[in-house]
Amino acid sequence: MGNALLFPSPSNGRVAGDEIIRFACIATSLDPVAMKVEMRHIYKSFGPVRALQDVSLTVEAGTIHGLLGENGAGKTTLMKILSGYLRPDRGEIFLDGKPVRFASPAEGLRHGIGMLHQDPMDFPAMSVLDNFMMGHEGGFWLDRRGARRALQELASQFGFDLDPDARVDRLTVGERQQLELLRLLWRGVRVLILDEPTTGISAPQKVRLFDTLRRLAGEGKTVIFVTHKLEEVEELCHRVTVLRQGRLAGEATPPYSPQRLIEMMFGRPLPMPERQPVPPGEPVLEIRNLVVGDHRLRLSRVSLTVRSGEVIGLAGMEGSGQQLFMRACAGLVRPWEGSIRVRGKDLTGKPYHAFLEAGVLFVPANRLEEGLIPGLTLTEHFQLVYPNGRYLIDWEQARVEAQRRIRDFNIRGKPETVVEALSGGNQQRTLLALIRTPAHLLLLEHPTRGLDVESSMWVWRRLKERAQEGAALMVISSDLQELLQYCDRIIVFFSGRISEPIATEELTLDRLGHMIAGRGW
Amino acid sequence: MKEVLLPRARPSRWVEFGFQGLSILMALLFTTLVLVIAGAPPIEAYRQVLEGAFGSLKRAADILVAWVPLMLVTSGLLLTFTAGLWNIGVEGQIVLGAIAATGLMRALQETSLPPPLILILALAAGMAGGAAWASLAGLLKIYGGVHEIFGGLGLNFVATTMILWLIFGPWKRPGIGSMSGTEPFPERLWLPVLPGLRLSPWALLLALLSIALVYVLLRNTYFGLRLKAIGKNIRAAHLLGVPTARYLFLALLGCGAMAGLAGAIQVTAVYHRLIPPISSGYGYLGLLVAMLANYRVSWSIPVAFFFAALNIGSIQLPITLKLDSTLSGVMQGALVLFVLLMQGARARWRSKLAAEQGDDA
Repeated sequence: MGNALLFPSPSNGRVAGDEIIRFACIATSLDPVAMKVEMRHIYKSFGPVRALQDVSLTVEAGTIHGLLGENGAGKTTLMKILSGYLRPDRGEIFLDGKPVRFASPAEGLRHGIGMLHQDPMDFPAMSVLDNFMMGHEGGFWLDRRGARRALQELASQFGFDLDPDARVDRLTVGERQQLELLRLLWRGVRVLILDEPTTGISAPQKVRLFDTLRRLAGEGKTVIFVTHKLEEVEELCHRVTVLRQGRLAGEATPPYSPQRLIEMMFGRPLPMPERQPVPPGEPVLEIRNLVVGDHRLRLSRVSLTVRSGEVIGLAGMEGSGQQLFMRACAGLVRPWEGSIRVRGKDLTGKPYHAFLEAGVLFVPANRLEEGLIPGLTLTEHFQLVYPNGRYLIDWEQARVEAQRRIRDFNIRGKPETVVEALSGGNQQRTLLALIRTPAHLLLLEHPTRGLDVESSMWVWRRLKERAQEGAALMVISSDLQELLQYCDRIIVFFSGRISEPIATEELTLDRLGHMIAGRGW
Repeated sequence: MKEVLLPRARPSRWVEFGFQGLSILMALLFTTLVLVIAGAPPIEAYRQVLEGAFGSLKRAADILVAWVPLMLVTSGLLLTFTAGLWNIGVEGQIVLGAIAATGLMRALQETSLPPPLILILALAAGMAGGAAWASLAGLLKIYGGVHEIFGGLGLNFVATTMILWLIFGPWKRPGIGSMSGTEPFPERLWLPVLPGLRLSPWALLLALLSIALVYVLLRNTYFGLRLKAIGKNIRAAHLLGVPTARYLFLALLGCGAMAGLAGAIQVTAVYHRLIPPISSGYGYLGLLVAMLANYRVSWSIPVAFFFAALNIGSIQLPITLKLDSTLSGVMQGALVLFVLLMQGARARWRSKLAAEQGDDA
């Protein structure tokens, strides 16, 4: 009857300190109940975007199961469904053969499923102990003393060094992860999901994490390990499932063939079309010794020159530093050191508007959050960017102009259509239509994400036209095929490391895939 | 290639009307319940409110007297709401407008300047005072990262304290300061009113001008379009090149100027002196009007009129029914709450509708 021990009913009210410790020990070391997880034919869409299509996953009890895929493959969505954060549009979940349906993460947790999110979902301004107790079902009163002992007990079991009174925002990402892990164990999880847990933690922390996961699996916990790094799968996982573009791409067991895993992740290489080399023009962007960082990444001493007419691809898993780099080039993130010059003009440390005036244009990936303004019509968007007067708007003329742009950019919509009513492809075309002229440096995040082949080709044709007109382009994409096809040089990012620009002729899909997954550097 | 224009889930116009009607009905029921609990005859109370508001020409004109500051404040708030700002500090901006107008009148009332000039200067000073107070909230927000709700709330307290200090301190009546306010201005410095009424045609004109101005600004200018863009998605507006900080600041300045003008009108046309409750709560009431009008200029005109009528109509409740005149506040509050509740219900209903349509697709 592990269940009764693991999940004291809320009606018990306050649990005494000793009981908590006993309960924690049982939860972590003596738990006889391992749980088998099955997800069958899961579908999930976000608006017009199909995130998951007919994905099934079986995870045997007491194993470490890898979930591998590039960004946007649907790994996180699938795991959020399993843990109760999202509800599937279709499909079923079985725990130990019994069908379940979670309305909330709390319900998932009550069934023993806990998820460690990529971004720590804790309360930074509160203490370690308070975070540890968060969500504990122990009646109304807090039992700080009991919880403190449980925390210390658990931490020493796993060799984590956590000060219960430290404030969480002073901790490293790795320590916050350890805290969250202990919290989930204390809550009695039997299935532990870790979403890209090695991003942003130190090497010793990673070793400790892996040891902990192996030990937990040995004790009968089921561990699902979400990652895009091949070597982690090889090192840790008993079995791996690969997702690609929201669909199941395959499964594998050790010994793994990296070649096959990369094929499953990125698809089979297609024959490359001929590309004509671009004659190098004047330097548009000159970056010298750039140092830029955020709370988890730091790019050091990057130097790069991009010339007019050139298309540079930035490849790498999401969060490897390419977004940070591009936003620094756009003037949205202030570099710590180094200089950025655009067409000879020093823009280092200047505000975004100075970059905009210098012809640096940034097109973000999340169209409705950063790119477009929901609630405003197409005409209103065009008027924001291309005003045809100084103070007063001539709506008649604005409508005519909007109609022309809608036609030019092949947007399926009317001048008075609000942007959120457009499909993803039409939103993307609207974004392109909003790029001001003259544009000397175009920075695009995932310009074809979520688009079908035809729309993607249309987008690239437009971008190539801009390059031929003399603009320099930098493009982030997770579609390696596309980067190889359209870019002149590619820079690879991996966990904050940044490669020299590599001429596309010297690259193959295979080599690029390896580099992105952190091999062959 | 699947690129269809997604149909927008939009319930019929009748459903929209139904929701709106339901909220008014619920507010009425709620107020009736309050009246019953208070032991008052509801029908008679409502009759008295109607009688109090429209019983005579003088009373009807009084509605307009209350409507003028309310409309000025609401017009200003439509600017800040459009920019996505919660300008709670509007109350203090009215007070500062009244203080600035009073200060100017006190300084110039002994001079030989023509009274119309002094009055015009006083109204201008009021606008400047309100705008200056709003700019403090703007600076706090843009440079200090203080949310405008908290900044505004703090500044409201400072404004209240300041007006009390002035009335009981430097500007107190000869002899002793009292809650009845400063020494009244000479009659030549009163904003002229229509014969036999308390309504100043100049004040009415200013209120009408302010609505027209805001209407044109929001509908036909780039200024309005940029405010709208900022209010709906400040991040994207910034990336598209809108100077967001400047426009947030301008929206606050505009609102502060209109609120300050309302304060100056209360001083020059209604009370002819500075009194502690000079704002009469029109700032908060203006927030309610804007919300109830769904942030539309055209709807806010009748809504403000309705609120003003409730205020005037309930003035004589204490005399006739021994009820407190704050009954109007109960009704106004209940109305806003139920309308917001219904908006929530409608949004839920709409998303359910959209989900069902999505399933069919």
